[in-house]
Amino acid sequence: MKLFQRLVPWILLAIALFILPAALDDFRLNLFGRYFALAITALAIDLIWGYTGLLSLGQGIFFSLGGYAVAMYLMLNTKSLAGGNGIPKFFENYGVAELPFFWKPFWSPAFTLIALWVIPAVVAGLVGWLIFRNRIKGVYFSIITQAALMVFFHFFNGQQKLFDGTNGLKTSTSELFGQLVGSPDMQVLFYRLTVILLPLAFLVCRYFTTGRFGDALIAIRDDETRFRFAGFNSVPFKTIVFLVAGALCGISGALYTVQSGIVSPQYMSISFSIEMVIWVAVGGRGTLVGPIIGATVVNYLRSLVSEALPEAWLFVQGALFIFVVVLMPDGIYGWVTNGGLRSLLAAFGIAKKAKTYPSLDEEAVPVD
Amino acid sequence: MELFFSQILDGLSIGSVLLLAATGLAIVFGLMGVINLAHGEFMMLGAYVTYVVQSALKPMGGVIFELYFPVSLVLAFIVTGLIGVLLERTLIRQLYGRPLETLLATWGVSLILIQLIRSVSTAMMLGIIIGVASGLIVSKILRAKFSLKPFFTYLNGLGWAASILIGLIAVNIFDKVRPLAKAWFGPRNIDVTAPKWLQGSWGMIGTIELPGLRIFIILLSALLLLATYWFLNKSVWGLRIRAVTQNRQMSNCLGIPTDRVDSITFGIGSGLAGVAGCAITLLGSVGPNLGAAYIVSCFMVIVLGGVGNLLGTVIAAMLLGIIQSVIGSGTLLTVFPDMPAAARGVTEFFATTSMSLVLVFIFIIVFLQFRPNGMFPQKGRSVDA
Repeated sequence: MKLFQRLVPWILLAIALFILPAALDDFRLNLFGRYFALAITALAIDLIWGYTGLLSLGQGIFFSLGGYAVAMYLMLNTKSLAGGNGIPKFFENYGVAELPFFWKPFWSPAFTLIALWVIPAVVAGLVGWLIFRNRIKGVYFSIITQAALMVFFHFFNGQQKLFDGTNGLKTSTSELFGQLVGSPDMQVLFYRLTVILLPLAFLVCRYFTTGRFGDALIAIRDDETRFRFAGFNSVPFKTIVFLVAGALCGISGALYTVQSGIVSPQYMSISFSIEMVIWVAVGGRGTLVGPIIGATVVNYLRSLVSEALPEAWLFVQGALFIFVVVLMPDGIYGWVTNGGLRSLLAAFGIAKKAKTYPSLDEEAVPVD
Repeated sequence: MELFFSQILDGLSIGSVLLLAATGLAIVFGLMGVINLAHGEFMMLGAYVTYVVQSALKPMGGVIFELYFPVSLVLAFIVTGLIGVLLERTLIRQLYGRPLETLLATWGVSLILIQLIRSVSTAMMLGIIIGVASGLIVSKILRAKFSLKPFFTYLNGLGWAASILIGLIAVNIFDKVRPLAKAWFGPRNIDVTAPKWLQGSWGMIGTIELPGLRIFIILLSALLLLATYWFLNKSVWGLRIRAVTQNRQMSNCLGIPTDRVDSITFGIGSGLAGVAGCAITLLGSVGPNLGAAYIVSCFMVIVLGGVGNLLGTVIAAMLLGIIQSVIGSGTLLTVFPDMPAAARGVTEFFATTSMSLVLVFIFIIVFLQFRPNGMFPQKGRSVDA
C-alpha cells in the first residue's frame, strides 16, 4: 500500500504525459494543457493564501506579465507578422515608426525565457515589499492588490501604442521554430512542457512550505503579531513568498498564453484574479495537491457548463463561491483527508464510526 | 480659468457619486468589518429599480411622471435595503469574523446578481419562487421527521438539491410559454431619461453655468451624508450600532439585540448603494456590469479616508473625483499652456479616463506608504495591532 502511494504521482504523470495525448483529440488536449497551466497559478496562490494567509486579488498582474513577455518575443520573431520596417504590424495602425525601447530585449529568446519569470518576480517583490513594510495586512492587503491590478489593467488597456491596447497580442498566428504556434504539433509540445513544469512548480512550493521556512509561513498565517513578538521580522518572509508566487504566476501565464493563442488585458480583469482564488478554495487551501485538483476541476466544469448553457456559468460559479466558503471551507481534498467521506458514510450507517472517543460517539447518537 | 472651475465642478459631482456609493460601503465595512464585493451590484439593482419606476410611470405622463425620480430614490433604497437584509440573514451571518471569506462569498453573490439581471424573465422568476418554496417545505418536513438522525444535515442538503432541480424543471416548462420567456431587461444597457427639471442649467455664478444634474447629485450626496451622520450619532439605533461595533459581547449582555442591529446596519448600507445607483442613472446609460466600475474606487475611497471615518470618506471621495476629472480631461494643458516640455509630456500621457485612474491608484498606493491607515486613522486599544 505504501509503495502504491509513492507510485501514484508517477502514474498520474505518465498518464498525463503519454496516455492523454493519445486518447484525447487536439481540442480537448489543448484545454487540459490550459488547465494544467492554470494549476501552476493555483499553486502560487495556495503558497501565499493557504500557507501565509495573504489573500492576493492581483495575481493576474504577474500572470499577464509572463504572458506578455512570451507574446512580445513571438510577435517580434515572426516574419509574417512584421510590417514595413520590421516591427510588428499593429504598430502601423497607431503610427508608431520605431519599436518602443522595452520591446527591444525581447528579440532574444534567452532574455525572454528569463524575463517571463524574473519580471513578474521583481514586480511582485517590489509591490509586496511596499505593502508589507507598512504592516498592511488582511483585507487591506486584498484591496490594495486589487487596486494594483486595476493600475496594470488600465495601463495595458489604455496604451495602444505600446501593447495594442484592448486587442491584446495574438500569438496563435506567430511562429516558433518555423512552425505556427497554433498548430496541433506545437500545441502537443506545449502540453508536454506544461505537464513537466507543473510537478516542478509543485516541488518548488513543497520546498518553500516544509522545513523552518514553511513553519514561519504558517506561523505568520496563524498569528502574525505573536510571530513578530517572538523576535522575527515577518516582512522578508512575506516578501520572498510573494515574489516566488509572482514568478510562478509568470510561468503559468506564459504557458497559458501560448496555448490559448492570445494575451490581452482581460487577463488582468478583476473577475479573473478572484476566480483564481476560488480554484484554490475548491481544491483545498493549505494543501499542495488541492490547488491542482481545484484548478482542473473548476475549469473543466466551466468548459462543460459553457458548452451546454453559456448563460448558466455565472450562476454556477457564484453558487460555487458561496457553497465552498460556507459549507466546505477545506475544499475537496481537505474534506476527503479530514475524514469527510468517512463521516458521510458513517452518518448513513454504512461505514463504522471513528473509534477515538467511543463515549462521545454514543452520546452523539440520541435514541428515539 | 472658467474651464478649470467647471472641471472642478465636474470632479465634485464625480466625487459625490463616489461618496454616495462609498458611504454605504463605509458603514458595512467600517462598522461590521464585512467586505461586501456585491456592493456594486446593489448599486446596479438601484439603477434598475429607477428604470422600472420610470417605465411604470411613463404612461401617466404630466406631473406624476416628472416626479418619478424622488419616488424611485425612495423605492431604490427600500428594495436594495430589503435585499441586503435578506443577504445578511441568510449568508453574511454565517461568516462574521472571517472577512476574507465574506469577500469571496459576496463575490459569488455579485456574479449571481449580474447574471440574474441579464437573463431574468417571468419564467425564471416563477421557477425561483417554486424552487425556494419547495426547498423550504421539504426542509421543514425533513426537520420534523429526521432532525435527530446523524444524517440529517446531508439529507437536508439533498432536499435542497432536489428543490433546485424542481425549480430548474419549472423554469424549462415555463420557458415554453412565449410571453413568460421574454427577458425583462436583457444583457443590453438601459437608458433612463432625467426629468425635465433636472436637465439644463440652474442659473449662473459669474460666468460659470451650473448644470442642474451635477448640482442635484452634489446636493443629494450631501443630504444623504448628513442623514447618515444624524442616524449614526443621534438616533437610538445609531447608538446601538456604535455600541455593537465597539464591544459586541458587552452590548449583547446589556440587552441590545445584536442580530437585529447587524441586519439593520447591512440593510442601510445596501440601501445607500441603491440610492447611489439611482443617481448614476442620471449620468448615462447603465448595464448589468455597472458595479465593477465602481467597486474598486469605492474601496480606495474608504482606505484612503481611514476606515470608519465619515469625514475622511468625504474628503477622499472629493479628492479622487477632482483629480480624476481635472487630469483625465486634460484641462491642465489648456489652463497652463506654457508648462515645460517634460511636465507637458507627462500630463498628456495621463490625459485619458483610464490613464487618470492609473494615476489616482498609484497616488493612493504611494500615499498609503506614508499614512498606512489612511488620512484619519482609528486610534485606541481596540484597533488591531
